[in-house]
Amino acid sequence: MNRLSSFNVVSLTLGFVFLYVPMLILVIYSFNASKLVTVWAGFSTKWYGELLSNEAFLVAAWVTLRVAVISSSIATVLGTMAAYVLVRGGRFFGRTLFSGMIYAPLVMPEVITGLSLLLLFIGIGLDRGVLTIVLAHTTFSMCFVSVVVSSRLVTFDRSLEEAALDLGASPWDAFRLVTLPIIAPAVISGWLLAFTLSLDDLVIASFTSGPSATTLPMKIWSSVRLGVSPEINALSTILIGLVAVGVIVASLASKHAAVRAKRDEQAAARAA
Amino acid sequence: MAETVFAPWDDPNEKPLIRFRNVTKRFGDFIAIDDLTLDIFEREFFALLGPSGCGKTTMMRMLAGFENPTDGSIELAGQDIAGVPANKRAVNMMFQSYALFPHLSVWDNIAFGLRRESNDKAAIAARVEEMLKLTRLEKFARRKPHQISGGQRQRVALARSLAKAPKLLLLDEPLGALDAKLREATQFELMDIQEKTGTTFVIVTHDQEEAMTVASRVAVMDEGRVMQVATPERIYEAPNSVYVADFIGDVNILHGAAKPVGQDMYEVGWAADHTPVQASSSRPFSDGQPCHLAIRPEKVSIHRDRPAADNAVRGKILDIAYLGNLSTYHVELPTGDIIKAQVANTRRISRRDFTWEDPVWVSWTKTAGVLLAE
Repeated sequence: MNRLSSFNVVSLTLGFVFLYVPMLILVIYSFNASKLVTVWAGFSTKWYGELLSNEAFLVAAWVTLRVAVISSSIATVLGTMAAYVLVRGGRFFGRTLFSGMIYAPLVMPEVITGLSLLLLFIGIGLDRGVLTIVLAHTTFSMCFVSVVVSSRLVTFDRSLEEAALDLGASPWDAFRLVTLPIIAPAVISGWLLAFTLSLDDLVIASFTSGPSATTLPMKIWSSVRLGVSPEINALSTILIGLVAVGVIVASLASKHAAVRAKRDEQAAARAA
Repeated sequence: MAETVFAPWDDPNEKPLIRFRNVTKRFGDFIAIDDLTLDIFEREFFALLGPSGCGKTTMMRMLAGFENPTDGSIELAGQDIAGVPANKRAVNMMFQSYALFPHLSVWDNIAFGLRRESNDKAAIAARVEEMLKLTRLEKFARRKPHQISGGQRQRVALARSLAKAPKLLLLDEPLGALDAKLREATQFELMDIQEKTGTTFVIVTHDQEEAMTVASRVAVMDEGRVMQVATPERIYEAPNSVYVADFIGDVNILHGAAKPVGQDMYEVGWAADHTPVQASSSRPFSDGQPCHLAIRPEKVSIHRDRPAADNAVRGKILDIAYLGNLSTYHVELPTGDIIKAQVANTRRISRRDFTWEDPVWVSWTKTAGVLLAE
């Protein structure tokens, strides 16, 4: 093991301080007994209790969760389909245009996406609510799914699909029984990406939501404008905790899979 | 021997299993297959042999249903299969990469094709067990493809493609990924399995030794055309062109002009100040027609003194390639031509008769060579 030089220690520390000090402060103050955010008055968990009895936050959280689950699921289906056509469709007419347009929302300012969706919903007379947020989130997150899935499909050995067809599977069966199980990790990470994007989106949701539906980021934003309350800190701490647990579980799972794959390969080499 | 020789291609009453009729395949401007006509018979082990890019893989993919001919027709058991998709053909393929499904066990890989056409669990299980036994994989049935060795993967791919008892099995460079020793053993195993199951095999390979070992007939291909279709013996002993002679094994070629000197006999004038060499040929040549005499190195013998042979030429040893069981002597003739003579090393190396720079005579009989027009 190389020992870290003092330069490395300094740059590492700076980087981590830059990244995590704001969050650390937020977490610490969520346990503050005082109502004043900047004055420490002893340890307490009362803001967590108050958060759980705050109806408005719970309703917003429920809306956000529903929107995230539904929109990321639809986006995953659409994005996977688009990726499949782009990678497998060969050179059909308009392919370059299609692929360019699929990826455009990646670089499109959210304000523009939000505004254009708002104009569309008003134009077709759709009442703004959960449905319109779901549609809007599906629109902007499917391109992320498409990017993730198509990068996996590019390295996918096409002869596997041909083998399935050769053995009598219909094209749909070949996709369902061979392609999908193999690209499943990419599809799942595409879903997770879409889910997170939907979870923390504020701009597009603000444009497309109506009075009947408020998402959690919108609720936080509007309450912060009236002054930061320790309740928000508590809520944010819970969210940080959830994300951290998710990341740790995912990395442990992939590490476990890598270790197992290596062990299998060694076993195969011994068997040979 | 009372046993009849397996040679359906010589029997005019025999119906071919596969019939390529004037098949052309173009990819844009590139002609992959050029007006090709070919018959393959039931129970044959047929090899498509050629350098990469000669169209052999395209032919196989047309049989499997992954490509369609641009022109002409392909018949399988008397039916045109042009419009039939891959999943509706009684043809299975063993892929070069094996294409085993990584998320399924060996058992499920073999059962994959069977499950597509039947729901009878007991029948599927019985057939899978039969295939596992045939390919000696019983012990590995529950393993995943990445948990077994390369040779075992090859056998899984074979078992999977044979499980549905196809009329025709296509093998795309099936032994390409195996090392030399395992390759040889597997070649015999393939022949054994082909004989046991009675399936028609079509194998694509660029390895001439492999084609010669396993096949009942070999088609030598070049640039989308079939150069010659014949048994391995005929391909080797009686090639019909310089290309085939040169592609299969090692060969000496002397260029010259033919002069008929009797029934099927010719003299080949190959150098102005040398005696013409004698060669027999059943193919007719006119007086003065340019020709090539192809002689295999093992049919050339090497001597210290002038031998009493039909053809003898003086030369000097330029190089000796020692291969263990054989040595190939490269003898340079005064004209600059190089004749290779192959000698079996029946003695220990210390007792070798010839060495570099030795003046020697090379000789061959008049029936040893093949006279070719092109």
